[in-house]
Amino acid sequence: MIEISHVNKWYSPSFQVLTDCTTSVTKGEVVVVCGPSGSGKSTLIKCVNALEPFQSGDISVDGTKVNDPKTNLPKLRSRVGMVFQHFELFPHLKIIDNLCLAQQKVLDRSRDKAMAKGMQLLERVGLKEQAQKYPANLSGGQQQRVAIARALAMDPIVMLFDEPTSALDPEMVSEVLDVMVDLAHEGMTMMVVTHEMGFARKVANRVIFMDRGEIVEDAAKEDFFGKPRSDRAQKFLSKILSH
Amino acid sequence: MFANLDFDVIRRALPYLFYEGMTFTLTLTALAALGGLVFGTALALMRLSGYKILGRIAGVYVDFMRSLPLVLVIFWFYFLVPYIGQWVTGASRPISVGAFASSLITFIMFEAAYFSEIMRAGIQSISRGQPAAASALGLTYAQTMRYVVLPQAFRNMLPVLITQTIVLFQDTSLVYVLSITDFLGAASKVAQRDGRLVEMYLFAAVVYFTISCIASFGVRRLQARIAIIR
Repeated sequence: MIEISHVNKWYSPSFQVLTDCTTSVTKGEVVVVCGPSGSGKSTLIKCVNALEPFQSGDISVDGTKVNDPKTNLPKLRSRVGMVFQHFELFPHLKIIDNLCLAQQKVLDRSRDKAMAKGMQLLERVGLKEQAQKYPANLSGGQQQRVAIARALAMDPIVMLFDEPTSALDPEMVSEVLDVMVDLAHEGMTMMVVTHEMGFARKVANRVIFMDRGEIVEDAAKEDFFGKPRSDRAQKFLSKILSH
Repeated sequence: MFANLDFDVIRRALPYLFYEGMTFTLTLTALAALGGLVFGTALALMRLSGYKILGRIAGVYVDFMRSLPLVLVIFWFYFLVPYIGQWVTGASRPISVGAFASSLITFIMFEAAYFSEIMRAGIQSISRGQPAAASALGLTYAQTMRYVVLPQAFRNMLPVLITQTIVLFQDTSLVYVLSITDFLGAASKVAQRDGRLVEMYLFAAVVYFTISCIASFGVRRLQARIAIIR
């Protein structure tokens, strides 16, 4: 579904953020990307739907090359759902309109159809009553669940999550993770940048560990948590699992 | 000191002052603000587009307009537009452009320079995550601007935009140099005709002051409301 091969990215000639990253996500797979901050995890996931450009290497999604200038990027992105660390709901639109905007403007769905789909997804994330409110009136956890619903409204073939719980108060983390776990159980293909190792243990098929722009470890979940091969991954795990 | 003043001249001139003068002033203000906002937003988008040439053109235009006194622009434009029109259309003689059309075009072009700076600040006040989220949903650049970025920029900048419009409302009085009957022009004509300069100019000042003051007060209330929403 997602093929990443030998991707390199520089912010400036002397500052390389991604170094020869190669991995893939197959259909129905849940892949968790973890690593210390500044390791390039977010940058890598943003390269997948071309929100970040990269200088060399190839990424393709469902057979379409992301870095090909001829690729219709809006069309490709409409099939790739993305959830951001800071939710990025549109503050000037009601919750339901946040879900309808792209459905109507990108997929050309009728208002009625978009509303029906939107309400169905809001119900699914438990926020049907909030449809007529504005994002600012919702808690962080609720906003992030709306953001997930907004991405799902486009019927994506794969979902990307960029630290979806990092900006949340601790008591709101689980309500968002619950939605994501459900999604994983339904067979959604997911690439998730997160520090939530509990989530990784529960639903991930594979774990990718990144450090200093490199993919240091790319292993099945059991192997990664059982006995990581690299020192850096071991250190990282012992640090975040020690409390 | 006020013994010789005849304030009844104002009462007698009221219908003329407001039906003719104020109507013109308000129409010009509204149309110039609208046109200036549209053109100014286009300039702001050019500057932020990432295309160097477009940005340069918009930048030079804005700097140029802001470096000239408005009266001069009004004057020059009035005299030049007929000849530019002749040159563009290839007509045999200078085309005739009414004083209203000429002043409206001038104000739109002049105000666009100021509105563009306001809209530029407004667009830059939107966090980069917003256009990223819109792109991630598959919206094109134009759709992202139209449905996500510009509505928020406009809303954030509304108080400043209205304040600029109040300035514009006062500046429209400069069309008197074209002998146009705007509010000040009407007051001036009555003043000259009846020899009541002090009364009429005093009254004109009070009217401009009152309207601007009320509008400014409205802006402050609006600001408070927007602050709550955010």
